[in-house]
Amino acid sequence: MERYDVIIIGAGPAGLSAALYSARSKLSTLYIEKLSTGGQAATTDEIENYPGFAHGISGPELTAQMEEQAKRFGAKKLLAEVKGIELSGADRIVKTTKGDFIAKVVIIASGAAPKLLGCPGELEFRARGVSYCATCDAAFYEGANVMVVGGGDSAVEEACYLTKFANKVTLVHRRDTLRATKVLQERAFANEKLEILWNTVVEEIIGTDVVEKVRLKNVVTAEVFEREIDGIFIYVGLKPNTEFVKGLVNMDEQGYIITDENMRTNIPGIYAAGDVRQKLLRQVVTAAADGAIAAYHAEKYIEECTG
Amino acid sequence: MAGNVIELNKDNFEEEVLKSELPVLVDFWGPRCVPCMGLMPVVEELAEIYAGKMKFTKLNTAENRRLAIQLKVMSLPTFQFYKNGELVDQLQGNFGREEIEEKIRAIIG
Repeated sequence: MERYDVIIIGAGPAGLSAALYSARSKLSTLYIEKLSTGGQAATTDEIENYPGFAHGISGPELTAQMEEQAKRFGAKKLLAEVKGIELSGADRIVKTTKGDFIAKVVIIASGAAPKLLGCPGELEFRARGVSYCATCDAAFYEGANVMVVGGGDSAVEEACYLTKFANKVTLVHRRDTLRATKVLQERAFANEKLEILWNTVVEEIIGTDVVEKVRLKNVVTAEVFEREIDGIFIYVGLKPNTEFVKGLVNMDEQGYIITDENMRTNIPGIYAAGDVRQKLLRQVVTAAADGAIAAYHAEKYIEECTG
Repeated sequence: MAGNVIELNKDNFEEEVLKSELPVLVDFWGPRCVPCMGLMPVVEELAEIYAGKMKFTKLNTAENRRLAIQLKVMSLPTFQFYKNGELVDQLQGNFGREEIEEKIRAIIG
């Protein structure tokens, strides 16, 4: 079995930042990714609030740079899915689809994935008009009429992005105010192609081969109505990727890992960083900061253990 | 060495996919789809492993949008599997090498 000082699970901003700090501290470092580099940040078209890029930077570009930086200091990458972590004395055994790996410290930075809306038609029309990634799929909706569900930063940002392609974008939100930051809200209100339906929920996504319409309900008036659409993008929050450590580390009821301010979980030698962690602000900059803190304390932990 | 992955378009789709004697994997991708770019080396590797048992193809949806929509693919990444000219299975969204190989093995039997 291959041995490392630090194994990091996930190659989004938190994982890559942890890999950079860990490798730069001369710890042997492996980071494991299931899909592709960059996590959710890589599916964001334009990141305007990561300090140091005055005019914004695309998500894929930023995360590719992060990866190159971590690799430059010697971090190694493995493409595999992590199935679980086992404890054996001071060893932390990371079980993956490509075999087992031993580490002194594991940093969980597996992030979060989009939550499903949970209405009829959503799964049936997935990839046939239902999408969770505007950056991936916007080009299919050139000149089309699309709907975005949600009221947070992602929903509003992606709704604005989609107006570059679609003829009309309708944002559907179950409350009467948006949760998104002010600058995004102002941009949305000023966008002529963007309409907002307040106090409205999607009851059903309807179509034959592809999505054709949705049935909506106004939660205040109880009015039920239909709208014809070509596509629907769902941004109704996140679900942490923590199935593989269920029962091992402490989590809140939503599945987010509970840590202290040093990113320590309840298990010695296991840390968590980024969106996977219970916290208030989930951003690229806070993920990167978490990664740095986790790697720093991992180094201290290893020093103490090996004395 | 990278495996042989055939680039599809509206002119060769019928010949390469529907009339293929081997079962076919179609990788729908786009230049702005980061997960798709991550899957590309995986597909090339699998094309080598399963050479002679399955045909590996890819379709750039940015250049072949109409064809993709006609095939009812409107979200990336999507992989479709064809056998004897018919769509027999599909992968969509959050999938990796393991899921792809599972489908391939099931289809080539």
